[in-house]
Amino acid sequence: MQELTTTRHNLHIDPSMSVWGWEIPVYLFLGGMVAGMMLISGYFLFSKRYKETNCACYTLPIISLILLSLGMFALFLDLEHKLFVWRLYTTFKISSPMSWGAWILLLVYPVIIANLLMGPPQFLVNKFPKVNNLTNYIHKHPRLIQNIGVANMLLGGLLGVYTGVLLSTMGSRPLWNTSILWVLFLVSGLSTAAAFVHMIAKNVKERELLAKADNGFLTIEIFVIALMLIGLLTSTQVHINAAMLLINGSYAPVFWVFVVGMGIIIPLIIQLLAVNHKIKHTPIAPIMVILGGLILRFVIVSAGQYSHWLNAHSH
Amino acid sequence: MARFGMVIDTKKCVGCMDCVVACKTENNVPEGYNRDWIVTVANGKFPDVHLEIQSQRCNHCDNTPCVSCCPTGASHVEDFGKIVLVEHNMCIGCKACVAACPYDARFINPEGYADKCTFCIHRVEKGELPACVSVCPTHCMYFGDLDDPNSEVNKLLASRKNHPLMPEAGTSPRIFYLT
Repeated sequence: MQELTTTRHNLHIDPSMSVWGWEIPVYLFLGGMVAGMMLISGYFLFSKRYKETNCACYTLPIISLILLSLGMFALFLDLEHKLFVWRLYTTFKISSPMSWGAWILLLVYPVIIANLLMGPPQFLVNKFPKVNNLTNYIHKHPRLIQNIGVANMLLGGLLGVYTGVLLSTMGSRPLWNTSILWVLFLVSGLSTAAAFVHMIAKNVKERELLAKADNGFLTIEIFVIALMLIGLLTSTQVHINAAMLLINGSYAPVFWVFVVGMGIIIPLIIQLLAVNHKIKHTPIAPIMVILGGLILRFVIVSAGQYSHWLNAHSH
Repeated sequence: MARFGMVIDTKKCVGCMDCVVACKTENNVPEGYNRDWIVTVANGKFPDVHLEIQSQRCNHCDNTPCVSCCPTGASHVEDFGKIVLVEHNMCIGCKACVAACPYDARFINPEGYADKCTFCIHRVEKGELPACVSVCPTHCMYFGDLDDPNSEVNKLLASRKNHPLMPEAGTSPRIFYLT
């Protein structure tokens, strides 16, 4: 037996780490969802299906801008030295995912705005009538629309991937230290974005299409979670301990009930019945998917901080 | 260029916490926080029990996850002695370095920046020893250049059984405990 006692009790460090509160999970969730929205809209723009996918290509950009700005505000709230936030943009650190993220976020905005200009909201047109000129210009150039689609897919992909890499590069936190985490966050982002379109789209065809896509994403997500846990369980003792936090440890109830059960399996069943016309489409399923995505980020951020190598609270 | 490290003799350490108090006083460490601390490790099963007292702090690792994750360059390896430091007015308080340290050696200073042991660089630059080393009543702590084969720390490491903390975390820590 080995027992450790320590005289250290630093705030938010001991007895277990909790330096990241609600702000980071909320940001990771919103960032992931916006990434999914950019990928979905970008795909329809690129494949020239934007006339049938009104909601994805014309409504998502403005929603993406709002959600991303809310997410970045949460990120700002998390900073402890807020007045120095500009330091992010005086340098680029190639080894720091957070530095990559800061610059990716800066590039994401113009790309979403380019998509937004294809069908600008009425209040924008009223205020700046010249926006219509840009809209007309874009619609006269189908190749440009495809390029906007490619740019949205590229930056959306980078945004979704980075939210996972941000955590997975931390070898100090065994639960995060799995290279499949970015796949999980990306698929979850795609799934929540598809669920959002499924929930708000007025066009029946589009709603049906996104519900089917979401079923695909949710199915993949189940496999990614399984593979992540298998990867951790077949690694070192600290990684096994980290996986057990989710499997039967203190985070297990919320993980199995809210993330896997109510966030993936139950909405998947409802949506499978809906797309096969056994029941009517209901907004309950996509709401569950979106909440599941949010809770997934909370569980991973919180349990990841709790997971550790060897500390005073381990034995 | 030197590469400073520390050697701590657990056969001499009595866990008196003088090093902890000296650090707090020397560096004005805010109330409720510690840059160094004492860990007591009890090993074995009665009657074969082994007790080791360790004075712990930032390990000033050779492979520094806290530096590589820093988005602004505030967390850096100083040329002088390869000491790992935080430039306060470059730190945005994102806490990535705090989470990246497997030793949980960092914390957020109430003023908002990431804080940790500096090996008392302000003293070492003047040729003095870090505060914790200089006050130790049992003289169990040694500070010196790990790149100099003739330094006291290297001689101790060559002649005594020793171990760093959690080398398996892969950070190549530079504080060694003589056993």
